Amino acid sequence: MEFISDIVSLLSATLRISTPLVFAAMAGLFAERSGVIDFGLEGKMLAAAFVAATGSYFLGSPWLGLALAIVCCVTLSLLHGFASVTHKGDQVVSCVAINILMIGLTTALAAAWFGQEGLTPTLNDEQRFFEINLPFAEALRPIPFIGTIYSDIISGHYIFVYFAYILVPIVYWVVFKTSFGLRLRAVGENPSAVDTAGISVYGMRYKALMINGILVAFAGAYLSTAINANFFREMSAGRGYLALAALIFGKWHPKTALIACLLFGFTDALQIRLQGVALPIVGVIPVQFIQALPYILTVVLLAGFVGRAIAPRAIGQPYIKEG
Amino acid sequence: MTTLVDKSKVPWWVSNAIVPLVNLILALFVSGLFIFIAGENPIQAVQLIIYGSFGYIEGFAYTLYYATNFIFTGLAFAVAFHCRLFNIGGEGQAYLGGLGVFLIAFYFSFLPLPIVWLLAIAGSVLFGAAWAFIPAYLQAYRGSHVVITTIMFNFIASALMVYLLVDVIRDTNQMGPQTASIAKDLWFPMFKDITQLFGIKTRYSPLNISFFLAILASFFVWFLIWRTKWGYEMRAVGHNTRAAVYAGISPNRNIIIAMLVSGALAGMLGVNEILGVHHRVIVNFPAGYGFTGIAVALMGRNHPIGIFLGAFLFGILYQGGSEVTFDMPNISRYMFVAVQGVIILFSGALENLFRPQIESFFVKRLNKERTT
Repeated sequence: MEFISDIVSLLSATLRISTPLVFAAMAGLFAERSGVIDFGLEGKMLAAAFVAATGSYFLGSPWLGLALAIVCCVTLSLLHGFASVTHKGDQVVSCVAINILMIGLTTALAAAWFGQEGLTPTLNDEQRFFEINLPFAEALRPIPFIGTIYSDIISGHYIFVYFAYILVPIVYWVVFKTSFGLRLRAVGENPSAVDTAGISVYGMRYKALMINGILVAFAGAYLSTAINANFFREMSAGRGYLALAALIFGKWHPKTALIACLLFGFTDALQIRLQGVALPIVGVIPVQFIQALPYILTVVLLAGFVGRAIAPRAIGQPYIKEG
Repeated sequence: MTTLVDKSKVPWWVSNAIVPLVNLILALFVSGLFIFIAGENPIQAVQLIIYGSFGYIEGFAYTLYYATNFIFTGLAFAVAFHCRLFNIGGEGQAYLGGLGVFLIAFYFSFLPLPIVWLLAIAGSVLFGAAWAFIPAYLQAYRGSHVVITTIMFNFIASALMVYLLVDVIRDTNQMGPQTASIAKDLWFPMFKDITQLFGIKTRYSPLNISFFLAILASFFVWFLIWRTKWGYEMRAVGHNTRAAVYAGISPNRNIIIAMLVSGALAGMLGVNEILGVHHRVIVNFPAGYGFTGIAVALMGRNHPIGIFLGAFLFGILYQGGSEVTFDMPNISRYMFVAVQGVIILFSGALENLFRPQIESFFVKRLNKERTT
């Protein structure tokens, strides 16, 4: 029976760990589908984590913290747009700037405001989110299989987790079934055609970036006000890049990106479980190697051993209006 | 809409000196705002920075020591950038480069002196380049974006080095995870040793003869990029890949060459840190210098002279910055990481913010002078 409980906790952890990746990947999807590269997910996630924790600490409510994080991330996305859409600056450079700026600023401001380099005070129960048990979780538990799945894997997560997995079909619907989505994809593939149709290319890209900011804020707030009770230095730990890799591996499609996010989440959950465990044949794998697994997996997936990814055609190119 | 200026009429010093300078001033102004937000006086901070980096001889030596590291990592980013590649893996490449230096200096210490040094430098070049090779190969032949793969290789390098330092090459007589020290006669001569030759006594500073190696590397990069067929091909691929293909240049080959050279230059940071300063490998000795190289290169417009100036400026910021963190409790050293971000933003991504205005201003003035 221990085997089953291992699997149950592994799957439950996978859902929990994948959540910020799902938010960030969906955020990246909007930006990149509109033709704007977003390596800045990492920096924005970090900023959101810091702002959410700080806001919640001062204002006493994690929801207000989340709201501030959204404002912060939308501002950063607009900055990215200002540099790379309006001023046609290099999109990758703009992202790198945002990432480095946020590593520095979050840590420095935590030091200035709370006296500890890159650490915000621990949030109390009112200042953070809590796991919620779904209705009938206790009542259904005795039912074999379905009960276990429902009560032990699906129930008992933070609200963010449910929101993330509901978000994916919504994103699918918006991007592939609405006229907004059609325009969004068109702007990323062939901006001049969209311009000819009388739709503002810049306007579409800015709208996409605003949605991007809102969604990535959830990822950051989840890190600092839900699974952890404070912000710490560089707590995003490369998740922004992992999410982007998941997006690329998922060929800029919400469904496949979700699967890639879950794969990363599963690897990470497995890596936590495997630490210090002696495996058959190989014995105990050095902990550093296990910790590097998600990063190695990213490189392997990006190497495209499962088919080459084709990006939106106009990605990374500033749009220069004729005339 | 701003009026477009005929590029050929803009004097070189406007686009290559005035515009970058205006961007830098803007960046420093925004950085001043951050210091203000953190609750300290920005003007006082500037005074401390200038005192810390120029006020006394050891302070100035520290400034040049930091500049040495930034020249290496700045050149590394610039070479890749000329081929339109974003090598943000300088951190990991430098880490591995340091391992290469150590392994040779430690296991080949029986060889005569200048030969060990040359081999150790070769070791840094080889290890740094090797760590850049896989991302380079994947970018060239599989289209995996080099930004993500190099960042991942930073994480992997960090895990690998901790593993090696804890389990493989650790000196068990030491408390922390670090290697044993290399033989003392292999240590690079320090600044204080050199001033002593001239009868001037100075206190310790980490500046060492690696500084000259950095200058040599700058000449090498200038020669490679602007005076060789290789450099020409790299720039051609970076400028317009399709045109390069029609000219018979292989983008894949050049992507790999550019990344190998870039990794090698980043790896040479290990020479300064291992032969010059620590004399052993310690956990996380690259300490963010790899990332600073990005800001240095973008500020210096990817030219060795600009990179030298950028590296010097960051040397001032780092050394003066430690003076600031010492005197101002509210300012952490990470504030200067934020400053890097701001400089990358204004010198890189927003470089065209005021360019049209500045260029047309000067062109109009020059025209007026000519007609009167």
